[in-house]
Formats: sequence, structure tokens, C-alpha cells
Amino acid sequence: MMARKNLLLAVSAALVYLFLYLPLVIVVVFSFNDSKLNAEWVGFTWKWYGKLLYNQEMLTAAMNSLIIASVSAGIATILGTLAGIAMHQYRLRLLQMLVLAPIAMPEILMGVSLLVLFIMVNMTLGLISIMLAHITFCIGFVALAVQARISSLDPALIEAARDLGATPWQCFREITLPLLMPGILAGALMAFTLSIDDFVITFFTAGVGSSTLPLQIYSMVKIAVTPEVNAVSTLLMLVTLVVITVASRLSPAIFRGE
Amino acid sequence: MLKTVQGKVWSKYLLSLPPMAYLLIFFAAPTMIMLFASFRYPGEYGGLAPWLVQDGGQWTLDLTLENWQRLFGTDIYLRLFVKSIGYAVSTTLICMFMAYPLALMIARSGRKSRDLLLLLVILPFWSNFLVRIYAWMIIFSPVGALTRILNGVLDLFGAGPVTLMYSPTAMIVCLVYVHLPFMVLPLYANLEKHDPYLLDAAQDLGAGKWRRFWLITWPLSLPGITAGSILVFIPVLGMFAIPDLLGGTDGIMIGNVIKQQFMESRDWPFGSVLSMVLTVAAVVVVLLGSRLSRQRAGMGGS
Repeated sequence: MMARKNLLLAVSAALVYLFLYLPLVIVVVFSFNDSKLNAEWVGFTWKWYGKLLYNQEMLTAAMNSLIIASVSAGIATILGTLAGIAMHQYRLRLLQMLVLAPIAMPEILMGVSLLVLFIMVNMTLGLISIMLAHITFCIGFVALAVQARISSLDPALIEAARDLGATPWQCFREITLPLLMPGILAGALMAFTLSIDDFVITFFTAGVGSSTLPLQIYSMVKIAVTPEVNAVSTLLMLVTLVVITVASRLSPAIFRGE
Repeated sequence: MLKTVQGKVWSKYLLSLPPMAYLLIFFAAPTMIMLFASFRYPGEYGGLAPWLVQDGGQWTLDLTLENWQRLFGTDIYLRLFVKSIGYAVSTTLICMFMAYPLALMIARSGRKSRDLLLLLVILPFWSNFLVRIYAWMIIFSPVGALTRILNGVLDLFGAGPVTLMYSPTAMIVCLVYVHLPFMVLPLYANLEKHDPYLLDAAQDLGAGKWRRFWLITWPLSLPGITAGSILVFIPVLGMFAIPDLLGGTDGIMIGNVIKQQFMESRDWPFGSVLSMVLTVAAVVVVLLGSRLSRQRAGMGGS
């Protein structure tokens, strides 16, 4: 009886996995298909990847995405680490709310409200406005990753260092920071992928001259479904896969919905 | 609690002020500015009109309730909200039905395979949002295999051909696809903590498997369901990309109209009105959810 139930469970779970992966497999497979239509398998080709190398707009967008993601992840990691430590150490309801609310709100709200702010202070929309926006939504994720790491540490380590005569600063630099590093790095990588993947908030804060990869994909998809989009999607998946694998090695806990 | 930086009052401010200031400027202030914008007149060429005008040497406030009256003046926007909530509710329910067996299977499998099975749920979720939508555009495309097979079968029964693309069905499938992991993760986190001896005890006392599920597993998993539902419901409610790309003319949601007000019609005050309503809706859902889970916790862990 127990075995039958497990079978039912296993079959339905397998179907859900199929639902999760089949669409992505189709994208990858058709990126090697020698046909303009994403409909039938015709033959193997690398040409859609080759075409990407000569697509100047796409290359510029990819460069922009990399710059934005590196800078935003860097700054968000510093601010998020401070927030994570502060949230763990002190009861700061305002900080807690400010860190968690952007994660809980629909993205479109942050997008339009930042658009209004930037226009109000006469800022030209471009790379800088996109970075400022990305930092805003990344801080919370870094803070949560760091907070998760602190909670798993042993308080006795710090007490021991203090008893042995370390100053608070020494304590922080030589004990706390190295111990927090996996959490901080995982948060940084998460911020990087969130930034490089973001479409909604970027859409509102980008202005005309500055496209990112997701914006580029959006405008291509709006016009037509072409295998070139499959190729760039496959590459993007590959990048995210590598980053996420590294991040999950560093801090498994934050990838378990905790 | 681990004290990471000991003593010193200033360390509290050193730590908390930079992130707090950043989020006040780029999150709290813009939200307040939007609330204010919802009472202003639209500018002549889009944007906002000045809120202070000089009228014969006298400075006067130039604010209005017109934007809010426009919201309540017709039932167009009410219907739009109801439709968006409808999409969010259906997506949440379907996610729940699909996530439950998956989360339960993972929670009941061995320690070693658990991490791998969980990683397999998370991986597609980290692929780009637009790529995941795009995948369904391929599947639902009129020249795609699915549409052709379906129409072939329908043809056998003498039914006319259907298009899958630009339909509410396509939209819901894609909404579920994009948000499913948000339901699986909290549900798994909850199911994993259940004490297996409870089920053994119930079995010893003669409860069948469905009875065990309904009387033990299901009620215990409600906090996980609540958390997952919030995580699915809110982003779906504010969605604009999926209806934009897959929904067709019938699939317009509140997010599309907000986008339209800011990017196309350039009526920022009315766009702000709609955004404020969406903000309130999201806050209400979060508060309701956290209240629900606190009540349950108060009832003695059930």
C-alpha cells in the first residue's frame, strides 16, 4: 500500500519535472537547428551562434549587462552585508521593513516608481539609473544570505577571541568576516544573476540608448521568434548555470527556500 | 545570539545607516513620490504638471482628486482588477496542485537525493525570465508541433482548428511555469520538518493513507501553502511581460495598463493611481498571509 502511494507520487513528480525541463530543452535543441522556424528538426548547425558574433546590438547589450551586473552586485553586496549583520544584531524594525519590502512587492512597482524619481531629479536614463535600480532590489537578497550564514555560526568563537584579548575590530576582521565569507559570496553571486537576468525593472529605468541582454531579447521576441534568440538564451542559461552551481556550493542553505 | 561587532554604540549606526539611507532614497521615497503623483495633474507633454503654481503673486497648490475619480468613475478598472485577481488565483491554485506531489516526494526521499532533486527544481528558475516565456512561445506557436497535433486530432472529430498562442490558456500555463518553484520551495521546507512518527502512529491506529494525508500532512502543511501562495500570487498580480507576449488582446492585466500609462499614454498621475492600488493589494495579501500563519501558530502548532 505504501509502495503504491510512492509510485503515484513518483509519477506525478516526474511529470512536473518534465513540465519544468521540456520547454528549456526545446529552446536549446532548436538553437542548433538549421531552419528559421522553430518547428521541425532539419539538421545541425552552429550558424545561429556564429550570427550572434556579428550582431553588434546584441554584443553591446551583453557588455552593458556584464558592466551593470558587476557594479550592482559589488555595491549591493557591501550594503547588503552591512544590512544583514545589523538585522541580526539589533532589533531594527525600519531596516527590516526596508530590506524585505522590495522583495515582497511586484517588480513593476519598483520599476515605475524609480522611473518617476529619476525623471523628477532630471537624471538621464542609462547605465547609471539601471545600476541604481538593480542595487535597490539586490540588497535584500544579499542581506538574507548573510543573515542566514550568521545564524548558523557558533557565538562561542567570538567570545573566545574576545577572552584571548582581541579588540572588537580584530575580532570582526579576523573571525567574523572570514566566517561570513561563504554567505557574502553566495549573496554576491545571487545579486549578479538577479541583475543580469532582470527584465521588468530594467525595462522602466533604461531609457533609449542603453539596452541590456533581456531588453534585447524582449525586443527581438516582440517582432518574431528566431533561432538567434534560442542561441543567446542557451548561452545565457549556461552562464547562469555556472554561477549558480558555484553559489550553491558556497552556501547550500539559501537555496533551500529558507 | 552571535555578537559580530562587540560593544560601541557607533557600530550600530555604522552598520545600519548606509543600507538604510540607500533604501530610503531608492525605495521608500519613490513610493511616497508615486502616492503624491497620484494627486497631481499630468504634464502637457507627459510626465507631471507642477504642483505649485504662481497665481497673481500668490503660490497655490495645484492638486486634484480627478485621477482617483477616474478610477472609480467606470467599472473598466474594477473589472481589470477582478480579471487580474482571477489570473493570480488560478495560477496559485494550479501551482499548489502541481507543487504538492513534487514537494512531498522530495521531502520523503533519502537525505542524499534530496539536495539534487531540489536543485533540479531551482535550476530552470534561474534561467532568464524571458527565455522561459520564449520557450512557451515556441511550444504554442501556430507552426509548432503541439498546435498541429492538437488540430489534427480535433479535425478527426470534425472540430475546427484552434490557436493556442495569444489565449488565456497559454497565459496561465506560462504563469504557472514561471512561478512554480516559488510554491515548491516553501512547501518543501515545511514538509521536510514533519515528524514521520506521526504518520506511523496514525497507521498503527488504523488510519488509511488518504485519511493520514487529510488529517495529518495537509493541516500541518498549511503554513507552507500560505507562504507559497503569497510568493506566487503577488508577482502574478503585477505581471505585465507574460500577458504582453502571450496573452493577446483578451489577456490584458493590471500590469499592462500601468506600463501603458507610463510608457505609451504618458499619463503618469493615473499610472500612479493604478500602482498605488496594486501596492495596497500586495500589502493586504502579505498582512493577511502573515496573520493567517500567526493564528495557526497560536492554535497550538496545527
